[in-house]
Amino acid sequence: MRPTARHPRPRALLFALLGALGVALLATSPASADLLSPEAGPTENAQKIDTLYWIVMAVAIPIFLGVEGALIYALVKFRARKGAVPAQIRGNTRLEIGWTVGAAVIVIVLAVVTFAFLPAIRNPPNSGPGGLDVQQAGLTSSPVVESGAGREPPVPPDGQALNIDVNGLQYVWRYTYPDGDDNPGNNVFAYEQMVVPTDTTVVLSIRAQDVIHSWWIPAMGGKFDAVPGYTNATWFKITEPGEWDGQCAELCGRNHANMVATVKAVPPAEFEAWLAGKRQEIDAANQAAAQQREQVEAGRPPTEPGG
Amino acid sequence: MAAVDTTRPATRTAQPLPQILARSVERVPTGWTSWVTTTDHKKIGIMYLVLTFAFFLLGGVEALLMRVQLAVPENSFLDPSTYNALFTMHGTTMVFLFVVPILAGFGNYVVPLMIGARDMAFPKLNALSFWLLAAGGLVFYASLFFNPVEVGWFAYAPLSTGAYSPSGGVDAWIFLIHLTGISSLVGAINFYATITNMRAPGMGWGRLPLFVWTILVYSILLILALPVLAGAATLLLTDRHFGTAFFDPSQGGDALLWQHLFWFFGHPEVYIMVLPAFGIISEVLPVFARKPIFGYKAIAAATVVIAFLGLLVWAHHMFATPSPDVVLAFFMISSFLISVPTGVKIFNWVATLWRGTIEFKTPLLFGVGFISLFLVGGITGVFLAVFPVNWQLTDTYFVVAHFHYVLVGGSVFAIFAGIYYWFPKITGRMLSESIGRWSFAIMYVGFTVTFLVQHSAGMEGMPRRVYEYPDVGNLALWNMISTIGSFMLGIGVLVTVWNVTRSLKKGAHAGPDPWKANTLEWFTESPPPANNFDTVPRIRSVEPMKDIRRQVERQSPVEAPRPQPAPEHTVTA
Ligand code: HEM
Ligand SMILES: [Cu+2]
Repeated sequence: MRPTARHPRPRALLFALLGALGVALLATSPASADLLSPEAGPTENAQKIDTLYWIVMAVAIPIFLGVEGALIYALVKFRARKGAVPAQIRGNTRLEIGWTVGAAVIVIVLAVVTFAFLPAIRNPPNSGPGGLDVQQAGLTSSPVVESGAGREPPVPPDGQALNIDVNGLQYVWRYTYPDGDDNPGNNVFAYEQMVVPTDTTVVLSIRAQDVIHSWWIPAMGGKFDAVPGYTNATWFKITEPGEWDGQCAELCGRNHANMVATVKAVPPAEFEAWLAGKRQEIDAANQAAAQQREQVEAGRPPTEPGG
Repeated sequence: MAAVDTTRPATRTAQPLPQILARSVERVPTGWTSWVTTTDHKKIGIMYLVLTFAFFLLGGVEALLMRVQLAVPENSFLDPSTYNALFTMHGTTMVFLFVVPILAGFGNYVVPLMIGARDMAFPKLNALSFWLLAAGGLVFYASLFFNPVEVGWFAYAPLSTGAYSPSGGVDAWIFLIHLTGISSLVGAINFYATITNMRAPGMGWGRLPLFVWTILVYSILLILALPVLAGAATLLLTDRHFGTAFFDPSQGGDALLWQHLFWFFGHPEVYIMVLPAFGIISEVLPVFARKPIFGYKAIAAATVVIAFLGLLVWAHHMFATPSPDVVLAFFMISSFLISVPTGVKIFNWVATLWRGTIEFKTPLLFGVGFISLFLVGGITGVFLAVFPVNWQLTDTYFVVAHFHYVLVGGSVFAIFAGIYYWFPKITGRMLSESIGRWSFAIMYVGFTVTFLVQHSAGMEGMPRRVYEYPDVGNLALWNMISTIGSFMLGIGVLVTVWNVTRSLKKGAHAGPDPWKANTLEWFTESPPPANNFDTVPRIRSVEPMKDIRRQVERQSPVEAPRPQPAPEHTVTA
C-alpha cells in the first residue's frame, strides 16, 4: 500500500539537484583538467595512470549518482505523512543476491582492466629516434649502487636506458648520473633539479640514506618510496622539453615540506653539454679539494666527492 | 516536543514473566566517589562517553590550528615541529582516544541493556579498562610539556627510532599504545564474554541486535589486531633504548617490517572504528523509518565478512613501497573484495528507508548524512585500491579527504546519531530537536566544504603532512575553502555540545521509550535503575520492544485500538 499521489515537488527537487551537479561537472572539466584527476605530463606511464583513473571514475559516477539519487528519492518520497503506512518488508533474497553479484562483477572488471594497463605503466619503451644514444654518449654504467632488496630497475626492450640513481636524505634529493666506468665515486651528481634528455627512456633507481622518503613528481606518474635498505624503481620518457615540480611525499622529519624536486627535460645535445659542464665543475672542485688536503694533512685518503 | 506517550508506559507489561527480580530500595549514591569507584556498566559507559568526547574536542582544536596554518600559502603561524606535533597528536587522539574508545563507551552503556543483562560479565575489569584509557591519555598529553611526538600517527621507522627522534615524545606515544591497548583488549574480552553468555532468554544469534553484532565483531578484531601493535611498539621501544635493531637498516634491521606490523593492526583498526558505527546506523534507520531493517542476516553476515577481509588488506597502505607486483595485486584484489560487503550494507540501508514512513528526527538526519558521506569515502577507497592509481593519490590530500570521509562522515556522524538516539535513555531527557537539526546542517555543510576540495588539492600535487605549501595552481583557493569549512564544522559540533549541556536540565522528560524503538534498552526506565531490569522478557524476534508494545496494546482494552501497522507475516529471525 504505497501512497499513490504524485508529488511534483520532490521530483523537481531531484532533477534540479542532478542537473546542478551535471552542469558543475561540465563547467569545471575544461577549465582545469586537474580538478578531477591526477596530473599527467608528457610521459606514457603517467598518461596511462590517468586513463586508468578515468575508467574507475566512469564506473564510480553512476554508482555515486545511483545511490545518492535513490537515497534522496526515498527521503522525499517516503517521509512520514498522515495515513502513510510503512511496508513491513524484511528483505528480498533475489534483490540482495543481485546487488552482491553486481558489485562483485564491477570489481572483477576493474581488476582485469588494471592488469591490462599494468605492463604499459611498469615497463619502459625504447628511447625515441630523437633521444639520447646512451651507448654513444658513454653513459652505460648500471645504476650506481648495488641494488639491495626490492624492485629491480626495469629495462626497455633494447636494453638502452639512461640510469639515474636517486638518493633521498634529510632533506634533499641527490641524483647520480651514469658514466662509462664501474667506479661510482667519480660520477656526475646533482641536487634537487634532475636534468634529463627528451625522448629518452630514463630509468630511476630510488633509495634512501637515512629515513624513508618518497619520490614524487606528479606529472611523471606516481610515488615510489625511498626506503633505506631497499631499492625502488620507476621510469619516464618525456616527449617534450619542460620543467615539472614535485616533492618528497613521505614524512621524513621537520623539513619534509621543503624537500622539493624538479625534473627538467632538455634536448639531448643540451643535456650532454650540461653533463660535460657538471663534470668539469666537479673535477675542478675535486682538484681544489685535493690540493687543500695535501697542504693541510698529507696521507689521508681522498673522500667521495660531496660525501 | 518529543512525542512521549506517558499514558501507556511500556513497563506496564509486567505481566506473566519468567523471572521477577526485586529492585533495590537504597538510595543511589551520586557523589564523585561513586563515579571513581563504580563498576556499573552505565556509569562506566557515561565516563567513557564524556572523557572521549573531551578528547574529540582537543583533537578538534589541534585540527583547527593546523587548518589556520594551512589557510594561506607559505604561512608562518606555526613552525614545522609544532605542525608535525599537531598532526601526530590529532591523528593519535582521534583514533586511540576518541573513536575506538567512544564506541566502547556506547557498547558499555548499551550492550548489556540491549541483551537484557544486568551488567557486563566482568564489572571490575570494565572499570580497569576505563582507567587504563584515562591513564593512556594522560601520559600522552603530558608529553605536551616536554617534547611532543612529531612522527605521525603511524610512527614509521626509522624516523621514529632513537637516531632520528631521540626525544621522549615517541616513548610517550609507545606508552599510550600500550595503555590504551591493554584497555581495549580487556574491554574486548569483556564484551565478548558478555555477549556470548549473558543474552536474555530466547535471544539467539539470529535475534541479536545489529549493534551488538558489530560490537562483538569489533571485540574480536581488537583481540586479533592489538597484540600485533603491542608487539611492534615493544620492538620499537627496545630499538630505542636497549640496543636492538629490528627496524634499523644500518644494522641489518628492516624498515618495512614496521609498516607490515603496524598496518596488520592498522587496517583492522579502521574497521574497528567503522563497524560499530554501522551498527548504530542499523539500529537508528529502522526505528525512524518505522520499518524493519532490510536484510538483517545479510547485514550481520556482511559485518563478519568485512572483519575477515579486513585482516587481509593491510598492505594497501604500502602500494608505493618496493614490493613485488604479485603482492600489490593480491592486496588490490582483497581491497576490492571488501568493497562488496560494504556496498551491500549501503544498499540495505537505502532499502530500509524505501517504502518506510520516515520521521526526520535528528538521529535519522545524522544516519542519512552518514550514508551519503560514507558512500563517497567508500568510492574513493576503490580509486585508492587500484594500485597504479594509488601511486598518484597516496600520501596526498586526496587520502586525507578519503579517510576523513570515512572517519568523520562515517564514524563521527554515526556517533552523533548515537548521541541523539541514546541521550534520552542515558539521561532521561530529550535533546532539543531544533538545535539538533541546526547542528546537523552546519556539520554536514561544514564537513563537505572542508573535505571535498581536498581531493583536488591532492591531485594537484599537495602531499599530506606538510606545514606549508607554495602558491601554485589552485592550492591557495582549495586550502582557504577547506579552512573556512573546518570552522563551520567546529561550530556545528559546539552546537551539539550546547544542546547536551542545556538539555541535561531543561530537556523534556523522555520516558522509557520515546522513539517507539525496537530493542530492549527501551524496555527499562530512562535512566535505567542500577540493576537495569526488574524483569527480563522472553525474546521472540529481533524487535522485542515492538512485540512488547503490541502486547501492551492487546492487553489494554480500555482504550480504543490504535491504527496498527500492516501485519507482519514474515518474521525471518
Ligand atoms: C573535526 C574536524 C577535523 C578536521 C578539520 C581535521 C583536519 C585534519 C588535518 C588538517 C590533518 C592533517 C593533514 C596533514 O597535514 O597531513 C588531519 C589528519 C588526520 N586526521 Fe583529522 N580532522 C578532523 C577530524 C578527524 C577525526 C574525527 C578523525 C578520526 C576519527 C581524524 C583523523 C585524522 C588522522 C588519522 C589524521 C592523520 C594524522 C597523521 O597524518 O599522522 N580527523 N586532520
Ligand atoms: Cu623526505
